[in-house]
Amino acid sequence: MRDRIRSVLHQHAQLAQSIEELSDDADLYRAGLTSHATVNVMLALEDEFEIEFPESLLLRRTFGSVTAIEQALSSVPSSSARP
Amino acid sequence: MVETALRLGTDIVDVRDVEVAIERFGRRYLERVYTEAEIAYCAGGPHNGAERFAARFAAKEATLKVLRPTDWRPEWRHIEVVRQDGGWCDIQLRGPAAALAEQQGVQIVSCSLAHERRYATAVVIGARTPSDRDAPIAQATSVADSEAPSTDHLHTDHA
Repeated sequence: MRDRIRSVLHQHAQLAQSIEELSDDADLYRAGLTSHATVNVMLALEDEFEIEFPESLLLRRTFGSVTAIEQALSSVPSSSARP
Repeated sequence: MVETALRLGTDIVDVRDVEVAIERFGRRYLERVYTEAEIAYCAGGPHNGAERFAARFAAKEATLKVLRPTDWRPEWRHIEVVRQDGGWCDIQLRGPAAALAEQQGVQIVSCSLAHERRYATAVVIGARTPSDRDAPIAQATSVADSEAPSTDHLHTDHA
């Protein structure tokens, strides 16, 4: 799962440094993730994992690190899966 | 620290980022962030309306910096930029955004948007109703005070 998350971040996060240089726990906002880029990351993750983030997960910390994204994706209820 | 009578929020957005998001995600992107009225107005602009959309995204972000959400947050669509006939814009809060403003004792009193080919920006001013805990004479916010504290809000940058 982490490789797929990193691939999405590589394509959409527009970080100031390469995602390969960042640890799983590195703060993505400190690495340059903007609010607007977060929207793109969210939509791209939904495409990649065929889910829809519920409003309860649309928090800043949800997208704060690779680990946080992984935990959020793992917690997405099955009802949020796309038909 | 004494809470001031005014709160200032500002944001800047790269128009190209919005253009790319529209190209990649289309209606999903638009409908996740903007209201139907905003989409109807902006889509009529040049470059898929990207400049107008970018200015509105900046305004929503600037508004969030004024509202300072912490443990819960409104959707982007609950903050609407309403364009008046004269050309100026106002901020309309709905649902959780309106509730947050009420909880904070803040009323959005003014906003200003600007955009050109590369960047869009917005400034939003909120007036706060002084509470019993405030100093007798509330002061206008300083530049340093206008930087919102770190929150857990998805949409707020503090750079």
